[in-house]
Amino acid sequence: MALTVPRITIQNMTMAYGNFVIQRNLDFHIQPGEIFIIMGGSGCGKSTLLRHLIGLLRPALGDVLYDGESFWHAAPEERERLMRRFGVLYQSGALWSSMTLAENVALPLGEYTDLSPRQIRNVVSLKLALVGLAGFEDFYPSEISGGMRKRAGLARAMALDPDILFFDEPSAGLDPISSRRLDDLILELRDSLGATVVVVTHELASIFAIGDNCVFLDAETKTMLAVGNPKTLRDASPEPKIRTFLTRGEDVTTTA
Amino acid sequence: MDTANTPLPAVVHARQVTDDTLLVQLAGNWQLQRGVPELTAIQQKLADTSHIRRLTFEILDMPAWDTGLLTFLLQLLDYCQHHQITVDQSGLPEGVRRLLALATAVPEREGARRGASHLSWLAQVGTSTLTALRSAPELFKFIGEACLTFGRFALGKARYRRTDLVLLLQECGAQALGIVALISFLVGLILAFMGAVQLRQFGAQIYVADLVGLGMTREMGAIMTGVIIAGRTGAAFAAQLGTMQVNEEVDALITMGIPPMEFLVLPRMLALMLMMPLLCVFADIVGMLGGLIVATGLLDITLLEYLNETQRAVHLVDCGVGLFKSVVFGALVALAGCLRGMQCGRSAAAVGAAATSAVVTGIVWIIASDGVFAVLTERLGL
Repeated sequence: MALTVPRITIQNMTMAYGNFVIQRNLDFHIQPGEIFIIMGGSGCGKSTLLRHLIGLLRPALGDVLYDGESFWHAAPEERERLMRRFGVLYQSGALWSSMTLAENVALPLGEYTDLSPRQIRNVVSLKLALVGLAGFEDFYPSEISGGMRKRAGLARAMALDPDILFFDEPSAGLDPISSRRLDDLILELRDSLGATVVVVTHELASIFAIGDNCVFLDAETKTMLAVGNPKTLRDASPEPKIRTFLTRGEDVTTTA
Repeated sequence: MDTANTPLPAVVHARQVTDDTLLVQLAGNWQLQRGVPELTAIQQKLADTSHIRRLTFEILDMPAWDTGLLTFLLQLLDYCQHHQITVDQSGLPEGVRRLLALATAVPEREGARRGASHLSWLAQVGTSTLTALRSAPELFKFIGEACLTFGRFALGKARYRRTDLVLLLQECGAQALGIVALISFLVGLILAFMGAVQLRQFGAQIYVADLVGLGMTREMGAIMTGVIIAGRTGAAFAAQLGTMQVNEEVDALITMGIPPMEFLVLPRMLALMLMMPLLCVFADIVGMLGGLIVATGLLDITLLEYLNETQRAVHLVDCGVGLFKSVVFGALVALAGCLRGMQCGRSAAAVGAAATSAVVTGIVWIIASDGVFAVLTERLGL
């Protein structure tokens, strides 16, 4: 592990809105091919951290490194090039509502590749089929359910075969079976395409099913409490807060 | 997904190995960005030898693959399925097989796919006529509900927030003063110029004061304010309520037992109906000021003469007609804005359409009702 350059390095980062600090002294690595979970209670800054990683918000202090390259000290063009390696699934899909699903997935393909319209159509069909939406090409986001919107958002995030996939609360608002299917899909994408996956979630089932590594953000101390494998943290973390979180607040002394 | 150092192009060969089996050999970098072969070669091969019933794969040297390979294979699978050819995927890399299984796991839902619909011109006219006819009852229902809500308001039973009303009053009243002043000043100026050119021919310049005074108070003051407010406030109402529809805020009100008509529409209609006459008076005065500047600057009419003539020409009835109109216009603009906002669909594009439609509807209603007023005032001798 130590020999490979981490795919993402969060370097002594402080996140703040003006003078209001959300999290400080964040320091951790995400390895290539890892499924990394960002977790913590509501309002601890999980989604804010994600927005810092994908370049929507600038850290107040510190930096994010991709393959050892600084993201925030890079020139804007360089940053844009790095951002093209990301695929982001937003909390409620964030599909462009005036476009059909096919057009949503096709937009990045049309912008950043020189594929012919026919090839783009084939890729779009494949991506939609991968998320179980074959045949829904000509639907508008308002015509499909929330879960389907989320899956279509994933198809769009995967459009350019990104190295790094970011998921903001992927299973929120999904039924258990769809949520399970999404978890399987995330594992599959990592295994087959070698993508690195960063997931913001507090869904325990998902955390244990897919997480290789995780960071726990705490709202009270405004910093991270631990980094490690979620199962190990649940069973052996010295921090009672983390054990309580990972066991749904059931008595920490009696749970194994 | 490591990129190979030497970009080997993606190649595909098909070879018949037994009587009914075709071996597809794949090699090179099967990456979308580097270009992948077309399916046609294999399709041709399959079409030429019609007795082929089985397809197997062999991977020769493939340093990298991505979506490019998957789209190719998915198309091939689709083709084989349609031509009753069994596909043996065992020769494919493990990851590819799993992704293909995933892509074909959920069968296409029956009837989900839509063909592009091309309606004939006549059918389009028919459809839009039917849509318009269907929307008419909706309009009347909305107006009826608005009237009932006003009834409840008169009885003091309507539920709305006073602070909302005060904010709306400020938003559509005080904050509109600047634009109303500018427009009505210019309209007064233009009226005076037009009149001056014509009236000077008869030496009747002094009647510019009549023209501007009557024109502003009876017609232009109310109409111009109405149009400005339709563009400014009507659109804002539609966008606000439309966004609330998109965010399910309106649904939240309904389930709490608070009628959106009372909580959202009533304060907006009240605000505009209260503010429009005030804005109209303001517009009248500023418009006459514009006329005054042209008259004194261009036509050698003194300030006193102009004011005197205006006072003689403009009666309280004229002001009353204008003010009454402005109240009606305010109600119409608020109604159009709220109606379009409440009818808004659940997408960002729908909010834009609602705002546009609110402005168009508002202005059409203003002009149409002004026509009715013209006939009415003539009949009534006002």
